[in-house]
Amino acid sequence: MRGKRDKHRRPPAAKGGVTRRDFLRGAGVTVSGGLLVGTQVGKAAQAPASSAVAGPGAVPVTLHVNGKVHRLQLEPRVTLLEALRNELDLTGAKKVCDRGVCGSCTVFVDRRPAYACDLLAIEAEGHQITTIEGIGSKDKLSPVMHAFVEHDAQQCGFCTPGFVMACTAFLERNPNPTLEEVEKGLGGNLCRCGTYAGIRLAVLDAAKAMKGGSHA
Amino acid sequence: MIPESFEYHAPKNLAEATRLVGQFGADGKLLAGGHSLVPLMKLRLAAPKHLIDITGIGELNYIREEGDRFEIGALTTHFQLESSGLLKSRCPLLPETAREIGDVQVRNKGTLGGSLAHSDPAADWPAAVVALDAEMHAVSASGERRIPAKDFFVDLLATALQPEEILAAIRVPALPARGGDAYAKHCHPASGFAVVGVAARVVLDERGNLAEIGVGITGVGPKAYRPAALEEALRGKSPGRKRLEEACAHAADGVEVNSDLYASAEYRGHLAAVYARRAVEKALERASENSQIS
Ligand SMILES: Cc1cc2nc3c(=O)[nH]c(=O)nc-3n(C[C@H](O)[C@H](O)[C@H](O)COP(=O)(O)OP(=O)(O)OC[C@H]3O[C@@H](n4cnc5c(N)ncnc54)[C@H](O)[C@@H]3O)c2cc1C
Ligand code: FES
Ligand code: FES
Repeated sequence: MRGKRDKHRRPPAAKGGVTRRDFLRGAGVTVSGGLLVGTQVGKAAQAPASSAVAGPGAVPVTLHVNGKVHRLQLEPRVTLLEALRNELDLTGAKKVCDRGVCGSCTVFVDRRPAYACDLLAIEAEGHQITTIEGIGSKDKLSPVMHAFVEHDAQQCGFCTPGFVMACTAFLERNPNPTLEEVEKGLGGNLCRCGTYAGIRLAVLDAAKAMKGGSHA
Repeated sequence: MIPESFEYHAPKNLAEATRLVGQFGADGKLLAGGHSLVPLMKLRLAAPKHLIDITGIGELNYIREEGDRFEIGALTTHFQLESSGLLKSRCPLLPETAREIGDVQVRNKGTLGGSLAHSDPAADWPAAVVALDAEMHAVSASGERRIPAKDFFVDLLATALQPEEILAAIRVPALPARGGDAYAKHCHPASGFAVVGVAARVVLDERGNLAEIGVGITGVGPKAYRPAALEEALRGKSPGRKRLEEACAHAADGVEVNSDLYASAEYRGHLAAVYARRAVEKALERASENSQIS
């Protein structure tokens, strides 16, 4: 039985008589990629609006980024990543996959790393956002940034801001990591140029440099 | 990739949220961690007219001990479950499962309730809640429903939840005396999702036989399931290596095994047996350690 498809079991039909599975296969969306269709795909809205409603047009959104307050007008569908890059000109966080897989958009939300592409800007209201611009600068490199330079831990550099953020957060929780812990701990960030070897060394070095002091 | 326009609602409590889901029905979608929903909306595979952001509802975020059970709010994040000292000592299957989910960015924001409601066939939580016989609390404007985990997962991406219901909490039994928990997972190397994930809880009797066993398997079929034949072959028996191996050969009996580019149905079926053995073996090891202490 194992491994055989049971012809008699039909998955529940989705709209238009196409089964969910047929649709997913056709759409080339993988199940284990975490990109799956919900049960309800758009339908005309009939229900009256509730009292606390915002949008669909632009609404006031207040963001706290790198210690500054920004009052913006944004549609609710704008992600934090788009708001940072397009409205605030904070282009350190990069848009690569735009679906929560590659980590190049990593920022801190209340000091913990998060993918800015999977977060709506309006959801980020009331939270403290930190971007790569907030943890160091060209003239004042953070220890992690410095270690990346020392180890030449980048090629095209597109993944680098996300990695620096993820490494910084990782070292805050794991000040004495082993190489294995570094590999697992940074699994949320991908580098298409394959500079992982340099990145791992940079993290271990930054850990040593940061001993006993705050870094960010 | 930009989602279709929607109206955004941010209810401050559960009562307000249930009223909104009742009002919008199929035109509304709840937003929790957003790790599954937001990408789907960008791909326009989901296009809710009303997005109901429940992340501000504090009363849905808690881990509460109630006698020999734990009640966990749906908005509790994977990270909170991973790092709970209370759960580590009293219900270790949950932190052990949480630790295996995706990456730190996903664990920081992704929620227990969002993962269960989404019911991805490769998600980790379904294995644990099925193994533990968890009870799911679904709340709507008209009242509350308690759904046993075995009835909660209906098919690929389909649960017993109705559009007007919110998954508010789950209840799981704490680890009993002489009990042991374990989660064994074969990760997809790119996504981190479970190719196969097996959660196990065993309880030994005074003589060291298996008094109780609950196994939950994810990644293998369209939804998480309990391998009945495997459990039956071990329940009440003394768990020797050979018996264990024979029992675990039944890990995917009667299941329509998934197949994709990474793992054929045959390979996945094989992995199910291997990981079932690893999970049950580890749980037994821990149960016998716990028996010596008590
Ligand atoms: C890169 C990546 C890797 C991942 N790896 C893993 C992994 O290894 N293992 C794993 O298990 N998962 C993995 N995930 C998925 C992750 O765990 C998500 O958090 C989870 O699938 C959805 O939870 P969420 O809180 O983000 O929900 P959302 O995306 O906000 O919502 C998901 C669905 O559930 C509904 N919903 C949310 N909350 C409720 C509620 N309380 N009641 C009713 N309906 C509700 C929403 O309307 C939506 O349809 C991964 C995700 C990403 C992006
Ligand atoms: S752009 Fe956000 S994770 Fe890739
Ligand atoms: S340096 Fe090019 S993607 Fe990492």
